[in-house]
Amino acid sequence: MNLLYDPWPWYVAGPLIALTMFVLLSVGKQFGMSSNLRTMCSIGGAGKYSDFFKFDWRAQRWNLVVVVGAVIGGFIASQLMSDNTVKINPEIAQQLSTDYGIESAGEAYLPPELFATENLSDPFVLAILILGGFMVGFGARYAGGCTSGHAISGLSNLQLPSLIAVIGFFIGGLVMIHLLFPLIFS
Amino acid sequence: MKYLSYLTIGIFFGIIMYKSEAASWFRIYEMFQFGSFHMYGIIGSALVIGVIGVQIIKKYKIKAIGGNEMNLHPKQKGITRYLVGGIIFGLGWALAGACPGPMYVLAGAGYFSILIVIASAILGTFVYGFIKDKLPH
Repeated sequence: MNLLYDPWPWYVAGPLIALTMFVLLSVGKQFGMSSNLRTMCSIGGAGKYSDFFKFDWRAQRWNLVVVVGAVIGGFIASQLMSDNTVKINPEIAQQLSTDYGIESAGEAYLPPELFATENLSDPFVLAILILGGFMVGFGARYAGGCTSGHAISGLSNLQLPSLIAVIGFFIGGLVMIHLLFPLIFS
Repeated sequence: MKYLSYLTIGIFFGIIMYKSEAASWFRIYEMFQFGSFHMYGIIGSALVIGVIGVQIIKKYKIKAIGGNEMNLHPKQKGITRYLVGGIIFGLGWALAGACPGPMYVLAGAGYFSILIVIASAILGTFVYGFIKDKLPH
């Protein structure tokens, strides 16, 4: 096994995510990625429209630097450390192909059916990306956090609100995949 | 110097997200289909270590570098906002196949369509801030 080039198994990735959280805690910060979206709104002048965006965003600059790092990390990993394919469970790959015509499982990192730049002209694809992103941004702020803030930071601190939020994440995800996908992609 | 350490943490996190495939739409789909242990293993093992570490920090009152308290503030109590907000987030997470961390990682990996998802997520955050006083919390 080539540790640098092959995909990392869960028992490598999970502990490293915990390590990321502890490193941030040890420098007095908190691990959470969705608060950056609010910071970006504030920088863009959203404080004119809602007090929710009137806060000292300069104190959050450190977290935007983490975002810049994540972009660079994605670049490094995709260019130098990966063949950019994801081999999921063959049964799930087969089902994606049969039910939804998504044929690229095992050959790509993201399905080009949804993420290839040339498909952006397709209103259906565009609607999925816009709606998905909107719900992630709206829901994360409504719930006070996302997967990193609640599922990792919050649950590590044994917070009941985070448990409720994570249960919500999974209710939403399961409803989308099992009830709405058959309607959306039919 | 401080910012260089945040940048390094971000790069480290970005590489983990990409290499573990947690940033892949396929893995998110597979997770919600219960097709593999992979994503549950990532979240679960991060959590087990996270819970143990946080309990140790609390028990021995370990301070952050510089002597400040660790940033472990519990969230406000409540149910509605966490459940309803969480469900909306989950719907989007499964549809776009990306949550806020991996979005930035994918932008760096050159998937430019993800910029639409990021822009919409910023818009969603803005709309929440705009109407939050009318929503149940």
